[in-house]
Amino acid sequence: MNQSPILDVQNLTVHYGGAPAPSVQDVSFQLGRERLGIVGESGSGKSTVGRALMRLLPSARVTADRMQFEDVDLLGASERKMLAVRGARMSMILQDPKFSLNPIRRCGDQVAEAYRTHVRASKAEARAKAIAMLDAVQIREPERVYDLYPHEVSGGMGQRIMIAMMLLTSPDLVIADEPTSALDVTVRLQVLKILDDLVREQGIGLIMISHDLNLVRNFCDRVLIMYAGRVVEALNAADLDKAQHPYTRGLLAAQPRIGGSRQPLPVLARDPSWTQPQGAAL
Amino acid sequence: MKPVVIQDMTIRFGGTTVLNDVSLSVASGECFGLVGESGSGKSTILRCASMLYKGWTGDVLIGGQSVRSMDPMERCRVLQMVFQDPYGSLHPRHSVRTVLAEPLRIHGIGEQEARMRQALIDVGLPVEFLDRYPHQLSGGQRQRVAIARALILEPDVLFLDEPTSALDVSVQAEILNLLQRLRDEKGFTYLMVSHDLAVIDHMCDRFAVMKTGDIVEVLPRDAILDGTAKAPYAQELIGASLTYEQAAM
Ligand SMILES: Nc1ncnc2c1ncn2[C@@H]1O[C@H](COP(=O)(O)OP(=O)(O)O)[C@@H](O)[C@H]1O
Ligand SMILES: Nc1ncnc2c1ncn2[C@@H]1O[C@H](COP(=O)(O)OP(=O)(O)O)[C@@H](O)[C@H]1O
Ligand SMILES: [Mg+2]
Ligand SMILES: [Mg+2]
Repeated sequence: MNQSPILDVQNLTVHYGGAPAPSVQDVSFQLGRERLGIVGESGSGKSTVGRALMRLLPSARVTADRMQFEDVDLLGASERKMLAVRGARMSMILQDPKFSLNPIRRCGDQVAEAYRTHVRASKAEARAKAIAMLDAVQIREPERVYDLYPHEVSGGMGQRIMIAMMLLTSPDLVIADEPTSALDVTVRLQVLKILDDLVREQGIGLIMISHDLNLVRNFCDRVLIMYAGRVVEALNAADLDKAQHPYTRGLLAAQPRIGGSRQPLPVLARDPSWTQPQGAAL
Repeated sequence: MKPVVIQDMTIRFGGTTVLNDVSLSVASGECFGLVGESGSGKSTILRCASMLYKGWTGDVLIGGQSVRSMDPMERCRVLQMVFQDPYGSLHPRHSVRTVLAEPLRIHGIGEQEARMRQALIDVGLPVEFLDRYPHQLSGGQRQRVAIARALILEPDVLFLDEPTSALDVSVQAEILNLLQRLRDEKGFTYLMVSHDLAVIDHMCDRFAVMKTGDIVEVLPRDAILDGTAKAPYAQELIGASLTYEQAAM
């Protein structure tokens, strides 16, 4: 871990309005210039953590002892301040680019416009920058792709465009929420490689939210495992197979593997004690 | 137990050929996988073979009989389909009882209560679940109900279209175990679509790799690890899956 982390979160708790209990409880972690995976089953609170960091939960009660992004106190910052931070210094990339791109505008124009929202530039400069970014995410013929509409690009291409858009402003923190879950495995690897290279080259702190243990094992440095709103275990990704918590071990065992025994898969036996606080030291 | 033979299946939508002379045969009691790019035509094969789509050429024989020559009632008793999305495939206002009773009623089958109970027991759900509605069920429980509905007419063949893709790995394990057990107990023939080669490896004896409407290669399970795939796309898919999983390389 670096001397001064990019992000320092202590006891983040999120309670949606009308929900009987908090959806995220006492989540603590620090993030340096590294790739941190957050993994767990659907409903465990992964996306809620990401949205809380981006301050995208207006109707939820968000509390924390500390939620500091560089010099920005994410708990206390005004919405005006957040508008300058969000999409510029911290960015989020979501599972399905179809929902993030405007269907009736050309992909390239959307990238160029995103640039002009944050950086003073002429239209021609923004266009040149957009084409350079499409090139940086290894889109062949970026000039041609610039003019395509979102429905004319494949899922993998759409996700590259989203990555290009996100990296325009050289953010320090990127939160990727299931960025490749909708992609074929061959395309998934290419997109992950591009994201990975850019994150490393630019020294970005990456939070990779995923339900997929294989993904966080191979593309993250550290992993938080979430269950029912809490972090039950934190591990170096390389040590995932040495996980101690029965939930983590249960998830790993339930995963079919190529060349596996074909015996019935071990089924997760849930224990009520997993939802109790236990102060995982991070 | 019945084999499935697909002969020269071709279908076009608009001007696009979505399946191009697809042929394959599945032995009785076999679990045969379909993998490949999204949009390559995997679901379309199942939809044509079950006559959900009509405008295709070629033929599908189940136990030697053409699906085209079966009347719809007969077809339902021979083959059933399970879809990916357990949220979309059950009517939100129909109780489990209604879901399971309907096929029995249509087919004029007696002992409805006993059969419905047995179907729930077969898929590992408590019989009290007959009076539940979809919103009262988890994703895995819904998929069990969808499987119970497929079982209740005692078909020979199940078409499984990404039956666990929308489920968490812990729930996927339960459903895969259930499907394996049912095949052992009832001798079903499965034709199963998945995008996950580890699931195919776990479940299937053989599988076909598809790309843009063509089967590029049919492979035995062992080909995933022994490197005998010849088609470039099959090699690419297997290579990417192994890298992704970091299996023995
Ligand atoms: N807007 C909302 N209002 C109320 N509850 C919500 C809302 N969004 C998510 N939740 C609940 O919060 C929990 C965590 O959800 P989420 O963070 O989306 O989980 P994950 O990303 O791990 O699948 C779930 O129980 C979910 O139902
Ligand atoms: N009813 C339909 N009308 C038009 N095009 C269709 C229809 N069904 C499928 N297609 C097209 O056929 C191709 C194959 O689709 P599908 O069989 O669903 O692929 P897969 O299941 O392999 O992802 C896709 O390009 C899809 O858009
Ligand atoms: Mg989520
Ligand atoms: Mg499909």
